[in-house]
Amino acid sequence: MQDKEYVGFAALPNQLHRKSVKKGFDFTLMVAGESGLGKSTLINSLFLTNLYEDRQLPEASARLAQTLTIERRGVEIEEGGIKVKLTLVDTPGFGDSVDCSDCWLPVVRFIEEQFEQYLRDESGLNRKNIQDSRVHCCLYFISPFGRGLRPLDVAFLRAVHEKVNIIPVIGKADALMPKETQALKQRIRDQLKEEEINIYQFPDCDSDEDEDFKRQDAEMKESIPFAVVGSCEVVRDGGTRPVRGRRYSWGTVEVENPHHCDFLNLRRMLVQTHLQDLKEVTHDILYEGYRASCLQSLARPGARDRASRSKLSRQSATEIPLPMLPLAETEKLIREKDEELRRMQEMLEKMQAQMQQSQTQGEQSDAL
Amino acid sequence: MSVSARSAAAEERSVNSSTMGQQKNLEGYVGFANLPNQVYRKSVKRGFEFTLMVVGESGLGKSTLINSLFLTDLYSPEYPGPSHRIKKTVQVEQSKVLIKEGGVQLLLTIVDTPGFGDAVDNSNCWQPVIDYIDSKFEDYLNAESRVNRRQMPDNRVQCCLYFIAPSGHGLKPLDIEFMKRLHEKVNIIPLIAKADTLTPEECQQFKKQIMKEIQEHKIKIYEFPETDDEEENKLVKKIKDRLPLAVVGSNTIIEVNGKRVRGRQYPWGVAEVENGEHCDFTILRNMLIRTHMQDLKDVTNNVHYENYRSRKLAAVTYNGVDNNKNKGQLTKSPLAQMEEERREHVAKMKKMEMEMEQVFEMKVKEKVQKLKDSEAEPKNTSRVFMISINGESRFGKLNRSLKSESMKEPVKRSGQVSPNPVSPLQRRHEQMKKNLEAQHKELEEKRRQFEDEKANWEAQQRILEQQNSSRTLEKNKKKGKIF
Repeated sequence: MQDKEYVGFAALPNQLHRKSVKKGFDFTLMVAGESGLGKSTLINSLFLTNLYEDRQLPEASARLAQTLTIERRGVEIEEGGIKVKLTLVDTPGFGDSVDCSDCWLPVVRFIEEQFEQYLRDESGLNRKNIQDSRVHCCLYFISPFGRGLRPLDVAFLRAVHEKVNIIPVIGKADALMPKETQALKQRIRDQLKEEEINIYQFPDCDSDEDEDFKRQDAEMKESIPFAVVGSCEVVRDGGTRPVRGRRYSWGTVEVENPHHCDFLNLRRMLVQTHLQDLKEVTHDILYEGYRASCLQSLARPGARDRASRSKLSRQSATEIPLPMLPLAETEKLIREKDEELRRMQEMLEKMQAQMQQSQTQGEQSDAL
Repeated sequence: MSVSARSAAAEERSVNSSTMGQQKNLEGYVGFANLPNQVYRKSVKRGFEFTLMVVGESGLGKSTLINSLFLTDLYSPEYPGPSHRIKKTVQVEQSKVLIKEGGVQLLLTIVDTPGFGDAVDNSNCWQPVIDYIDSKFEDYLNAESRVNRRQMPDNRVQCCLYFIAPSGHGLKPLDIEFMKRLHEKVNIIPLIAKADTLTPEECQQFKKQIMKEIQEHKIKIYEFPETDDEEENKLVKKIKDRLPLAVVGSNTIIEVNGKRVRGRQYPWGVAEVENGEHCDFTILRNMLIRTHMQDLKDVTNNVHYENYRSRKLAAVTYNGVDNNKNKGQLTKSPLAQMEEERREHVAKMKKMEMEMEQVFEMKVKEKVQKLKDSEAEPKNTSRVFMISINGESRFGKLNRSLKSESMKEPVKRSGQVSPNPVSPLQRRHEQMKKNLEAQHKELEEKRRQFEDEKANWEAQQRILEQQNSSRTLEKNKKKGKIF
């Protein structure tokens, strides 16, 4: 059949491939966690670039009164003809001060701002070159020294888990012996379930993938959260080939050794296999959720006032009304109650209709 | 010479010798070189005590380090340390253990601070620690001022091991705040915890950064004393260069090259706890236990405790001057003043307690009385009714009394806020009145009936009698027995 009747759309993926290569990829990655957990080192190891070359670490006295800031760094890396525009969002000052209450609010606000920007661009006139600055993935670093998630970790994750894909990572994992690593991972998994935090779920692989891939996939899923070690130094362990690692007096930790840490798994997952999926989940699920809640909040007050609605339609040509972000609690309650009332009314009407129907039916049967 | 002159001369001589420091060489063996041995034997018999406090975020290996330091399982899997239990607020817990070695026994008290630095908002998480240390100082002060000082347990905190997380960057703001507040109260020894996370270069840099920050913020950590001995000085200098000490602790013993050592087994090697190249644990142990334990106790006693004492007593005397009505009492010793104040305070508290109890009892009595009154009122009125019912002559009185009661009630109640015409008592009263009146009417009717019947019966009797008498007369007539 293939020889005689060949239509040719099997070449479609190739077209897409070529187009995407030309267009290039962009990806925004956020790293969050307490300072000193090896975030910058890991990023440098992941992308084999020195993004943090000229970084000045503030001293503790400066950190005493520091509030959380959001820093963005962009870099273009190329590999095998494929260009990736990588944006890194860093959160220095997170968890540093003595009183860390609400220190996650700037982060939440930042993520929502990106969504807002995209929403505006999407609803605008010229949609050709939308810059996608939404945060596609957040690597959250957990300290290996604690006993699982701390109250600050839980608070942060709860605040952002519905807005961004979270991948929990245990930083500086060379502080833990293998047994301790397993115990900590289990404890974190239990805590995440208990607190009902939705981390990024890897999609199940299709049944027609080969066994090797499936095995790798299963292995990867079991090792969440990833226990990673980062290093930018190349160590020559006398005799063996040079590896990236950390040299201690009692041995050398190899970053890319799967028995030593999960760095390879993380890199494979993040860059090689699931980058596109992360972007899609951000666009289809997280962004849509944000958009829905925004438009709903716009629609409600507009429905009450017809004049303003017409105003809205006139303005939409030139200007988009800004979606109101944090709504007042009472307004939400009022809306919810309105909806409930509506639903109840509908149900009442339905029931009435049903009753009438049954009555007429009964009469008919009587007549008969 | 008179007694006073001789004693004065003796004083002068002793003063002179102490200031001039006359040294004389002995010609023979006197034997006071044996004094240290006497001290030694006495102290061995008495035993030693040492209180050690460990402070740091949870998970930094404090319990493991204590176990490694003293080679005992103070915190074992059956009795996990306080840090294993999740705490919401900072607690201060102490555990005691008595360990013996070579005939010498040591009563070791470990004070742990679980929950330190774990919450989201850690402001004032050092307050419980400060309060604990102050309370131990106060206990000692009170014990010292008592009359019977035979057994003075010394629970003062002699050393505080502060655990710094090995971030590699420097001190955290929380570390600085804590140390700033406690360096005047206790000997602080900062340690880098879980030091097997840092490579040697990173460790060096980290230590330098920490010492720089400590000096910047003028934090006074425990200083090793200089001695006259050259050898010891060299050792001390070596220790000072390696501050803060980077330590690793372990509960498990692993076999390395045929030797059994305490260590942590990684896939890439074994980090040995007692290996000087791997970490500074041996230095810490030697310093803390073998060479400087007594010095720590002395510094606590002479410096920190005296600071506390002078501050406390200065505050008391200041207050004493202000509150004293009698100026002549300024000459009283401050301790006695303190005691008196304390006694006063206790007495005041007792008085307040008693007063409160009295007030409480009074109120209870009042309430009971009120209840009784309210219950008793309808009973009183009903009693009146019962008495009146039995006597019909008193019926009129009853009516009158009822009327007066009903008239009295609103008058009584007008004493209250607003006369409630439908108050429950009045209602009950009226009901009872109605019942009683109904009963009374019934009785009246019965009585009338009864009287009617009586009258009828009497009438009948009379008729019967008349008939009888007439019959008997007739009978008699018939019989002709006329007498």
